[in-house]
Amino acid sequence: MADFDQELDASGLNCPLPILRAKKTLNAMASDQVLHVIATDPGSVKDFDAFAKQTGNELMESKEEGGKFHFLIKKS
Amino acid sequence: MEQKKLAIIATKGSLDWAYPPFILASTAAALGYEVQIFFTFYGLQLLKKKLALEVTPLGNPGMPMPMGMDKWFPVLGLTLPGMQGMMTSMMKKKMQDKGVASIEELRELCQEAEVKLIACQMTVDLFDLNRSEFIEGVEYAGAAAFFEFAGESDICLYI
Repeated sequence: MADFDQELDASGLNCPLPILRAKKTLNAMASDQVLHVIATDPGSVKDFDAFAKQTGNELMESKEEGGKFHFLIKKS
Repeated sequence: MEQKKLAIIATKGSLDWAYPPFILASTAAALGYEVQIFFTFYGLQLLKKKLALEVTPLGNPGMPMPMGMDKWFPVLGLTLPGMQGMMTSMMKKKMQDKGVASIEELRELCQEAEVKLIACQMTVDLFDLNRSEFIEGVEYAGAAAFFEFAGESDICLYI
């Protein structure tokens, strides 16, 4: 997994909390910084894709590993 | 790109029906929408400082019952005193176990994200509710004010 600047563990949280927490964390980050989100909610795969498309932040990576979902989001 | 707008009318005051307006509003706000929720009739319960929202299986055959309770208790059993309170605690426990946010938490997230919460003044008067019972930051208005925003909204939901 590529480098990231901040990490957010949203394991155990259900919709829409992973997205809301990610948005809040991104708000405090600088442009071009990368956020690594860890989630266990299977719905978050499609949700982070949709989040990126609608907010203009780039979803650099989205994968499942060890039963968890990992997302790398670059702030626009 | 112009900011998108979401307008919601929240009319229901039970624990289960409290979720859709707050989930959709907070998510839309995170996606960059400008959001207003207009609370009317029983929806006003969702604005109270102290939430006492309950859930009932009565008149709701779609509600999954834990531990096959619907087999033990026919519909009349559900009217027994204490049954609604018990169903409510079971639902809250289940939500907590599954990492579902509480209504208080989602409502706070909405307020943080500047979702505008508007109470219908007519129903506040109708039910003799007092503004002091509601959380800070609520605005009070009528149908015309709702249309001013809803008329320009991209999505308008009645819940």
